[in-house]
Amino acid sequence: MKQILKHLKHYKIESLLAPFFKMTEACLELIVPLIVTKIIDYGIGFSDKAYVYKMGAVLFALGATGLISSVTAQYFAAKAAIGCGTSMRNALFAHINRFSFSDIDEIGTSALITRLTNDINQVQTGVNMVLRLFLRSPFIVFGSMIMAFTIDVKSAMVFTVVIPLLFAVVFGIMFMSIPVFKKIQNSLDKITLLTRENLSGVRVIRAFNRQKKEAEDFEKSTASLVKLQMFVGRISALLNPVTYVILNLAIIAVLYKGAGEVYAGRLTQGAVVALVNYMSQILVELVKLSNLIVTMNKAAACSKRIEAVFDKAPTMEYPEKEAVLNDSENAVEFKNVSFFYNGSKESAIENVSFSAKKGSTIGIIGATGSGKSTLINLIPRFYDCSEGEVSLFGSNIKMYSKNQLQNLIAVVPQKSVLFNGSIKENLLIGNRNASDEEICTAISTAQAEEFVNSKDGGIDYIIEQDGKNLSGGQKQRLTIARALVKNSPILIFDDSMSALDFATDARLRSALKETLHGTTVFIVSQRVSTVKNADLILVMDDGRLAGAGTHDDLFENCGEYREICLSQLSEKEAAK
Amino acid sequence: MKNSSALKRVLLYIKRYRLPVALSLIFAAASVGFMLYAPKIMGKAVDAIIGKGNVDFDAMTKHLIFFGVMIGAYALTQWLMNVCNNFVTYRVVKDVRTTAFNKLQRLDVAYADSHAHGDIVSRIVNDTDQFSDGLLIGFTQFFTSILTILGTIGFMLTINVKVTIAVVCVTPLSLFVASFIAKKTYDMFKRQSQTRGEMTSLVNEMAGNQKTVKAFGYEETAVNRFKEINSSFGKYSLKATFFSSLVNPSTRFVNSMVYACVAIFGGIAVINGSAVGAGITVGQLVCMLTYATQYTKPFNEISGVITELQSALACASRVFELIDTEEQVSDSSLPDLENADGRVQIQNVDFSYDKNKELIKNLNLNVEKSKRVAIVGPTGCGKSTIINLLMRFYDVDSGCIKVSGNDIKDITRKSLRQNYGMVLQETWLKTGTVKENIAYGKPDATDEEIIAAAKLTHAHSFIKRLPNGYDTVIGEEKGNLSQGQKQLLCITRVMLSLPPMLILDEATSSIDTKTEQRIQKTFSKMMEGRTSFIVAHRLSTIKEADIILVMKDGKIIETGTHSQLLAKNGFYTELYNSQFSK
Repeated sequence: MKQILKHLKHYKIESLLAPFFKMTEACLELIVPLIVTKIIDYGIGFSDKAYVYKMGAVLFALGATGLISSVTAQYFAAKAAIGCGTSMRNALFAHINRFSFSDIDEIGTSALITRLTNDINQVQTGVNMVLRLFLRSPFIVFGSMIMAFTIDVKSAMVFTVVIPLLFAVVFGIMFMSIPVFKKIQNSLDKITLLTRENLSGVRVIRAFNRQKKEAEDFEKSTASLVKLQMFVGRISALLNPVTYVILNLAIIAVLYKGAGEVYAGRLTQGAVVALVNYMSQILVELVKLSNLIVTMNKAAACSKRIEAVFDKAPTMEYPEKEAVLNDSENAVEFKNVSFFYNGSKESAIENVSFSAKKGSTIGIIGATGSGKSTLINLIPRFYDCSEGEVSLFGSNIKMYSKNQLQNLIAVVPQKSVLFNGSIKENLLIGNRNASDEEICTAISTAQAEEFVNSKDGGIDYIIEQDGKNLSGGQKQRLTIARALVKNSPILIFDDSMSALDFATDARLRSALKETLHGTTVFIVSQRVSTVKNADLILVMDDGRLAGAGTHDDLFENCGEYREICLSQLSEKEAAK
Repeated sequence: MKNSSALKRVLLYIKRYRLPVALSLIFAAASVGFMLYAPKIMGKAVDAIIGKGNVDFDAMTKHLIFFGVMIGAYALTQWLMNVCNNFVTYRVVKDVRTTAFNKLQRLDVAYADSHAHGDIVSRIVNDTDQFSDGLLIGFTQFFTSILTILGTIGFMLTINVKVTIAVVCVTPLSLFVASFIAKKTYDMFKRQSQTRGEMTSLVNEMAGNQKTVKAFGYEETAVNRFKEINSSFGKYSLKATFFSSLVNPSTRFVNSMVYACVAIFGGIAVINGSAVGAGITVGQLVCMLTYATQYTKPFNEISGVITELQSALACASRVFELIDTEEQVSDSSLPDLENADGRVQIQNVDFSYDKNKELIKNLNLNVEKSKRVAIVGPTGCGKSTIINLLMRFYDVDSGCIKVSGNDIKDITRKSLRQNYGMVLQETWLKTGTVKENIAYGKPDATDEEIIAAAKLTHAHSFIKRLPNGYDTVIGEEKGNLSQGQKQLLCITRVMLSLPPMLILDEATSSIDTKTEQRIQKTFSKMMEGRTSFIVAHRLSTIKEADIILVMKDGKIIETGTHSQLLAKNGFYTELYNSQFSK
């Protein structure tokens, strides 16, 4: 709620005017039965045609005024609701961008996407409906009742019974069907799952000749879905007939009571008609009100979820001031660093210490899940270490401003991500001022020259969303080129040569060696051949540093490393 | 597919439920009749209430009781109609959905390979759902709306012709307003959903790729891009919301016009009637007013139903498109492959996925039984394609593949595939228990057999340690198992049936080398006495093969054993050395 109000604040006038005009319309609607009463009692009663015309004209006028005021109301409601949603969306997106990695890990990417799109849209609809209906519907329901009381207290007593009864039925049916709807959703999810699995496993399913069984499973799931749908359908189908019966029984009661009153001379025929008309107005508004409550419920749940994201403060703070680069001989230094992922009791990295000299090449190797990527993620401060200290060029990493860190370090991530836009635009992301020449050098170093030139427009070739129009190896080479364009003193390859075949991998490494002078390079890999020639190899095993040194050194002394080598190379090759 | 032909198809599916459909129509007609007749009786009751000391209680009570019966009858018939409609709709959707899914089982693997899975899933799940909604609303409302309109006019005519004519004259206004709004709104909604699509993909791109965004300081650009899209989204959705919210007020307006007309002309008719004795009573006026309030509603419903039906049919045609896709050639009349001995011959085979791009050209290979064949080469050279052809996931363009001397096109796919055990790079497991997954190819396997197979593949020890052992459920994300464990399960799955021929397609490339070594031992055991095809890019894993095929650009350019190939000092040597080069 807090957030809704905060963003609705800019639309104060609109959010007041919308319900105001809605109420005006409702008042006008409540007057209509009174006019009809007058037509019957005076116009017809005294055979006064002029009076009938006059009152008829009033009815037209009421209709027209009603239209104008409700159109005005709809406009203001829409403006306020959409304005609120739009501003909330901008704020949330900006907020999300301030999150650190561990924040995002904690919330989850898909949850963030849902918050930004679906949830805010629901809130927007909710605000819109509340502005339009929240006052109007109850106003008409209770207004009708009050009007009935002003006509005749005795007959109006029927209203006091019928309104709660209708409420009970409408909401009873609504609440009875909600849990079944949830079950239906689950059942649909199951069907989605079966279909998706069937497609992703198409080869395995056919290899094992299980098509028939799969189809049977699917049939079973759809059959249970139909059962649920029929059940809830039968309940929902009750709503209209039951409310209709109640309402009309009430009309019978009003007529019967009213007849007695008319006989006694306390009421006119026209007044009885008015009572009947008021009764009919209630039902429509009650149904609208029940729909409104559903919408409000949904919107409230969504807004709670959105608020939870807003309430989460980014956990990582950067100093405004830039740090002074010390004249240290080490580019990167880890001192007794340990790291735990959110909520995890087991450390992903445990007590790791090493120092990387300026201009050296550091290889990091180890099994999947041994902590290589985690270690690398601490260098650009994607995460803060839980214990120990990480320093860059002699200063604690936490002393650097955000901009400074970005300029100091270039990363080629494991997953090759390119954005929608031209190759050139993508390469410029990290360094907007790079010249075309610099771009071309980076492309050729990254072994991407051949395929870039073969594309229409060369570096102006447009990359589609998720880089769909490039192969895995091509994307990877472009992400490497993108990092090279940044020209940062520290360059990190996070297992980012895996999509390249061995020959390209080898050519790339020798090209890097030629062009990068003075750059400190980290290479994470599972391939011994990729890290074999590094100045320093860090061997990771289960989060710990199992060994650090050169290839020959480690091959002699580190059992872990030797084992990895022998699993990939023959003894002779490894010892080369 | 045009909407009209989609409609015809839907009607074919509905035809199976002739009886409930007929019942639904009968109930609908009856309920409209009761609904329209009720106000007339109420009018008579009002006429019995004239004034002080002048109320005909007997007549009124009689009318009120009759009124009550009409109400009850309406409620009952309406409920029954709804139940019939639900019955038909949900069953038709189930039929369509099941047909589509069954179809999927008979389509070529190429279909799954070349179509976005999300799109197929959305056809089978969302489109059918949408289609069911549209169908249901169409059913319930289309017929009753038309009946209501005609019925109302008919009933009003029995009361007073002039007033009825006045009402009918206002009708075009309602239709005009409804269609104007619908047109305006449709356009805006389309643009709104377009921008929403753009926005979702931007958020997807940014939130999903935070690492890149953060590493390159892309946040600010991202926020600006977002703001831009968001503001045009706001613009469109304001218009869409506003225009669509005009429907109710406009309807109410037209309604009140009709109402006013009835009040004026009806009132005058009552006055004239009392003078000459040929007009209407007050009760009939009240009855007319009730009709007037009911009269405009069906018009809106019809226009709503038409748009709803249109989108439902559009969805239906997407599903039908899937159902109509050409199936793989039926093989039910072909004999099964019996007693395969493991001999495989590939003769003069040409094949390519894209007929404009040559891939495999004149491929020949003769594999004796129990031989180990390794296939190596750079990415995209056609290694996995050979597997696709061997398993007959794809058919060769020309030439033939023979197993035990039988052309695989002359035997059933089922019997061919039964003779292969396949382990792929992607470890596909089904949502279900570990046991179900291992017994996937042999559902009648006993627990003892399953455990024995798991012991052979060294999977037993980790399965034992899972929370519920062999009954542990592997969820959709399969996050509770590591890549290596999943692969072990896939291998155990093959181990259980252990057919005479094996295919290992990059089976260990996503696993770290230490785990790989363990799995490799299992493989060696499995391969004993079996013809096997091994695709790998880590050359260290295939040194022991009886024959190594070196592929490049769809052709086999070198063959031989590891040492023979190294001695040749050709492409293989180059590949091999690049792994270990300095």
